[in-house]
Amino acid sequence: MSLGESFTMALRNIRASKMRTFLTMLGIIIGIASVMVIVGLGNGMENYITESFQSMGTNTISVTLMGRSSSRSVSEEQMYEIVEENSRYFDQISPLVNLSGVKIGTESLSYTSVTGVSEDYFNMKQYTISQGRGLQYLDMEDRLSVCVIGEYLSRTYFGGDALGKTVRVGGRPYTVVGVMTQEGDTLEEGGADDCVFLPYTTAARASGMGTISSYVVTVTSEDLAYQAKEVLEDALTELYGSDSVFSVISMTEMLDAMNSMVDVMITILAAIAAISLVVGGIGIMNIMLVSVTERTREIGIRKALGAKERTILLQFVIEAATTSAAGGLIGIALGYALSSAATVLITTLLETSMAVTPSAASITMAFGVSAAIGVLFGYLPAKKAAQLNPIDALRYE
Amino acid sequence: MMEPLIVFDHLCKFYQMGDETVRAADDISFSIDRGEFVAIVGKSGSGKSTCMNIIGCLDVPTSGRYLLHGADVGSLSKNELAETRNKMLGFIFQQYNLLPKLSVLENVEVPLMYAGVPRGERRRRAEEALERVGLIDKRKNRPNQLSGGQQQRVSIARALAGDPPVILADEPTGALDSKTSREVLGMLQQVHREGRTVVLITHDNSIAVTAPRIIRLEDGKVVYDGPAHGRNALVGGEEAAG
Repeated sequence: MSLGESFTMALRNIRASKMRTFLTMLGIIIGIASVMVIVGLGNGMENYITESFQSMGTNTISVTLMGRSSSRSVSEEQMYEIVEENSRYFDQISPLVNLSGVKIGTESLSYTSVTGVSEDYFNMKQYTISQGRGLQYLDMEDRLSVCVIGEYLSRTYFGGDALGKTVRVGGRPYTVVGVMTQEGDTLEEGGADDCVFLPYTTAARASGMGTISSYVVTVTSEDLAYQAKEVLEDALTELYGSDSVFSVISMTEMLDAMNSMVDVMITILAAIAAISLVVGGIGIMNIMLVSVTERTREIGIRKALGAKERTILLQFVIEAATTSAAGGLIGIALGYALSSAATVLITTLLETSMAVTPSAASITMAFGVSAAIGVLFGYLPAKKAAQLNPIDALRYE
Repeated sequence: MMEPLIVFDHLCKFYQMGDETVRAADDISFSIDRGEFVAIVGKSGSGKSTCMNIIGCLDVPTSGRYLLHGADVGSLSKNELAETRNKMLGFIFQQYNLLPKLSVLENVEVPLMYAGVPRGERRRRAEEALERVGLIDKRKNRPNQLSGGQQQRVSIARALAGDPPVILADEPTGALDSKTSREVLGMLQQVHREGRTVVLITHDNSIAVTAPRIIRLEDGKVVYDGPAHGRNALVGGEEAAG
């Protein structure tokens, strides 16, 4: 008897008792669907996090110097030197100087971010200028009181015509020389486009700080992010004679760390959901044992007519595996439906565009696992059926 | 001289029931030639069911030998026993033992399926066998849509489909009225005339006399082995179908 015929026979037996088969499958259906949704949720979260990080630049490394208490300090010239000496790893660098207290006309803007940056910053962040010009080397050199503002400020406060107008930061006036192309999806207060960029030299003087304590550095390639971070740390440790007075954070590293956290969480949740698969498997085993007892006479007849143990074993294992795999397929369909529903729900409730995406790998695995559960839990009842003594089985009423 | 098809050589079968040993078959010897029609007769507990199980390769003897077509069945593995049942024997049971979920035609196909006959040929041979028992027009029905006599004819068709040399009928008329019983017995005689070896197991003398040769068992021993019309052939038998 061929495998195909065993399969056809299994389908017949399954069809003959639809309700029972459906109830048997239920554990597998729920298990597969929930594992799929959870893994899909994990994928969605990872994609969301990755996207958020990419908008910040996964090729960037943030450096914060806290060297005030130590006797030594590191100047921006030294920072630039480190970057230039290791051009294999580093691409560009910009100091960051944060200020606050923006005023346009008489209105105070408390959510607007004000940052002093170098002329390379826009390039590093892949920002572009829509009107006027970006910040230039001479602005740094001459500590000019100029600024580039975001689209939000330009639209809201200057009606899109901001060039040459004045923005006040900390009481000092700055002339708008450029407007940045819109970065965020929407223009909103406190968003990516509610910002003012000044030359870092001007900002440093305005802030009254002697040394600049934060930098952003871009690496030549994301693959080198880890080594680049080490190179930077080594160089700073040498300058300071200590490794505790600065911090170097690579975005790639943070992304990896967050993704691995999500991974751990999802794995734990999926494992809990997978318990349902085991329960489903036991359900299949239970029903198959009942089925073997019910069909004792059938087994006896088949054996009398020449069925070998292997044939009977195969018949029951295939039946269990088919039941389980069919449950798996229904579970996959249900998982898809639930994932779509979850995507809609998350999008409307949380107002973030996070898609619950079950991966092809998780679907293949779900199907494989469900079939394997059928084989695993169907084996014991099938073995029992195969080993029935034909005389006893024929006599069974 | 041609070798006999079935040989029981000092065959014994003992069962352990608690402390007691039941001697279900106690030193039985006989042989059945190719093309014979033999009835094995005995009351319940005489050992005829044990003989039937052993001839049918469903059971193996405790001691002695059972040779089927020259092969010692006692030394066969479970797989070889299954293969022997499939190739050498056609079973006809008292309770028909058709598979209720399969159609009549599919029931007849079962032994052919286990023999590995390809689908098309299987269908053709099963239809041929159904034609012979006059039930070809019922091939799509389920067994429970048929009368007892028809079901038994289906099981005869199933026994014949694989073209085995031995037909083993265990109380084939036990569940039938006398008219259909005669039909079924007539069919067995027909099968015998076509050259097959038929072994009929029964407790009923009136059925047993269908066969030219009778082997009578009592308490696990052969008490008569000879022609159906011989003296003592019917001694100790039950007179009517019970």
